[in-house]
Amino acid sequence: MDRRTIIKQISIMTGAAFIGGEIFIQSGCKSDTSKLQSVSFFSKEQVSLLDEIGETILPQTDTPGAKSTQIGSFIDKIVKDCYSSEQQNILLSGIEEIKSGFENKYSISFFKGEASQREEFLNEVNTNMIQKNKNKKKDDPVHYFLMLKQLTILGYFTSETGASQALNYIAVPGKYDGSYPYKKGDKAWATQ
Amino acid sequence: MSDTIYINTKSLKQHTFDAIVVGSGISGGWAAKELTEKGLKVLMIERGPKHDHIKDYKTASLHPWETEYKGLTTQQQREDNPVVHRGWAATEPVMNAWVNEKDCPYTEIKPFTWWRSYRMGGRSVIWGRQSYRWSEMDFEANAKDGIAVDWPIRYNDIAPWYDHVEKFIGVSGTKQGLAQLPDGQFQPGMDLNVVEKDVAQKIKNHFKGQRHLFIGRIANLTSDLPGRGKCQYRNRCWEGCPYGGYFSTQSSTLPAALATGNLHIITGAIAKQILYDKDSKKATGVEILDTEDNMTYEFKSKIVFVCASALNSTWLLMNSATDIWPEGLGSSSGELGHNVMDHHYNLGASGKIEGFEEFYTYGRRPNGFYIPRFVNLNGDKRDYLRGFGYQGSASREGWQRDVAELGIGSDLKNALSTPGGWKIGSTGFGEILPHHDNRILLDKRLYDKDGLVTSDPAIGKQKTDKWGLPVLSMDAELRENELKMRKDIVKEMKEMLEVAGAKDVSVWDSGHNMGHGIHEMGTARMGRDSKTSVLNGWNQVWDAPNVFVTDGACMTSSACQNPSLTYMALTARAANYAVSELKKQNL
Repeated sequence: MDRRTIIKQISIMTGAAFIGGEIFIQSGCKSDTSKLQSVSFFSKEQVSLLDEIGETILPQTDTPGAKSTQIGSFIDKIVKDCYSSEQQNILLSGIEEIKSGFENKYSISFFKGEASQREEFLNEVNTNMIQKNKNKKKDDPVHYFLMLKQLTILGYFTSETGASQALNYIAVPGKYDGSYPYKKGDKAWATQ
Repeated sequence: MSDTIYINTKSLKQHTFDAIVVGSGISGGWAAKELTEKGLKVLMIERGPKHDHIKDYKTASLHPWETEYKGLTTQQQREDNPVVHRGWAATEPVMNAWVNEKDCPYTEIKPFTWWRSYRMGGRSVIWGRQSYRWSEMDFEANAKDGIAVDWPIRYNDIAPWYDHVEKFIGVSGTKQGLAQLPDGQFQPGMDLNVVEKDVAQKIKNHFKGQRHLFIGRIANLTSDLPGRGKCQYRNRCWEGCPYGGYFSTQSSTLPAALATGNLHIITGAIAKQILYDKDSKKATGVEILDTEDNMTYEFKSKIVFVCASALNSTWLLMNSATDIWPEGLGSSSGELGHNVMDHHYNLGASGKIEGFEEFYTYGRRPNGFYIPRFVNLNGDKRDYLRGFGYQGSASREGWQRDVAELGIGSDLKNALSTPGGWKIGSTGFGEILPHHDNRILLDKRLYDKDGLVTSDPAIGKQKTDKWGLPVLSMDAELRENELKMRKDIVKEMKEMLEVAGAKDVSVWDSGHNMGHGIHEMGTARMGRDSKTSVLNGWNQVWDAPNVFVTDGACMTSSACQNPSLTYMALTARAANYAVSELKKQNL
């Protein structure tokens, strides 16, 4: 257990503690998919919006983007089962804020906006979030966009696409090399 | 393993055994192995369900994308299991490992975090596997400092049993020749990574060979053992290892015990009391409560090994022979339930290491480095007693790193798809002194329907578990010596990281509830005098010499090394003694 503690404590120090969970651990209970898909927290339209927001946060590059991993459905599931009602409400009003904010600025729905407009807009949201976080007091609620970023990153990099295409995944390394050569640009491991 | 070794209560109630072992964890597994190998017919009692080697490690080989919540736990689990959610232990793959907190409550006069795993193998399946010997100075410490009572044994009494245990379970590590942390029978140690090696050298040079950083000694195999494969560097030991790569009851002691044909196991059975005969002044067996039919059954035996985990072993003693001693078997000393200890942690330091960008790591090493105690040693003197060690690691950050400051889009994706810089972090593990007033007790207070304590028996009743059994109440805290030490733990780690060239070093101390170290110890200590200790130098209850308590309950002091290896060695030693005494008809 001791090593996990250390990982956890380091993750706290780096600010990477996950909202709605203790740490990113890349393993888990077997899916009971029969139960999962039946109930949603978000509406169908909101899930589609989350797909587009996710794709804007982690877009297709030389590897597929977050939308290809059904990031909206993933976020829906985590928010439904793992988030507190307070966190759920922050996120709900947050995505509505993105939706209406985008429409006000570009006079077009987020769905129909250009990829560049979406990126410009969410970068502004991100910058505002960082500003707010600087003045954040301990008990202030977490900003919805930090939640969205974390959820997108978690969902994407633990998906089969993210783990084995954007990252490098080896299920059974079989050995340890503590001075493994690295060239700039080489992919990171999917699991630690 | 075959189902035939599991028996149900009804088929067994006529039976008599040579020995009953209460508990199937690290200590219980060792007791069962040693006793059955010496020819005794043994009944092992486990309160939780079966958890078969490999077959029941349901999540151990899932890919990340096959998991439901990617490691997170649900709101429902948070509500149902508030204690495990106090720390890092609540993660998706291990939620089934933890006790059902609703069924098995305890109360906290002072905050106490009790991590329990009620299933076959106990916490041996999910333990941290760090395996360190205690030294002569640890066994001498109480006598020298005038603290509590003296250990009835010294290093030489236990050293051959450390040998025996290490060879059998497989401990990988490196010899260091340190008096405060004796070397053992090691398989080849795992490697430090390139940054850790550099840090080790800088610390050694700066502190002129008085401080040491080396690879953790861990019960993960680096060479195959019979029936077990070596570690595959997957770093998900706590889900159970399909290769048998680390020590657990299931991978190691249980197969050995079963191979003798002398072991029977009963699961779903809570040891309710040790049966005691006041004429012979010996135990005659154990009464169990079958958690399925809620009936009690008696099993008879010549000896009883109590290995139910420290606090539950004492709970069992407290509920035994109460017609003779109202506070339970072993309470005549006035020390049963007292002197609860742990290792205090939740504090340390971390920082960035610049450079080494041409290096990464291959494989997921389930181990880190260890820095053994250096305070109050070799002429060093502090304003507190005893000392602490550190465990930590260096690694390049992955996609989990801080995302708040990064933007969005392809830059974010590309950044997180490649490793970040190196970071190093380390956490301290400090010794907690035995203190008489740090105690656990059966909660005999009355609670009203809102859960508030009342003195009115008309509206209040005692708290019980799902089966109507009394529950423990915890009344223990860190005291002056520990609090002074904590300041030093943080300060010294910061200094060492700075010496090693780390940048942006930050420190943390999140406070420590007793129990949170998962190294709970004491409450039925060993000693030299029946008036001041519960157990003698062979782990026998002074008041019932055929009852042996060999898990963490027996500890007289806590040292600062992870204690499980010592429980195993003490258990093996006591089991072999018990067999020889049985042969001499002394028990």
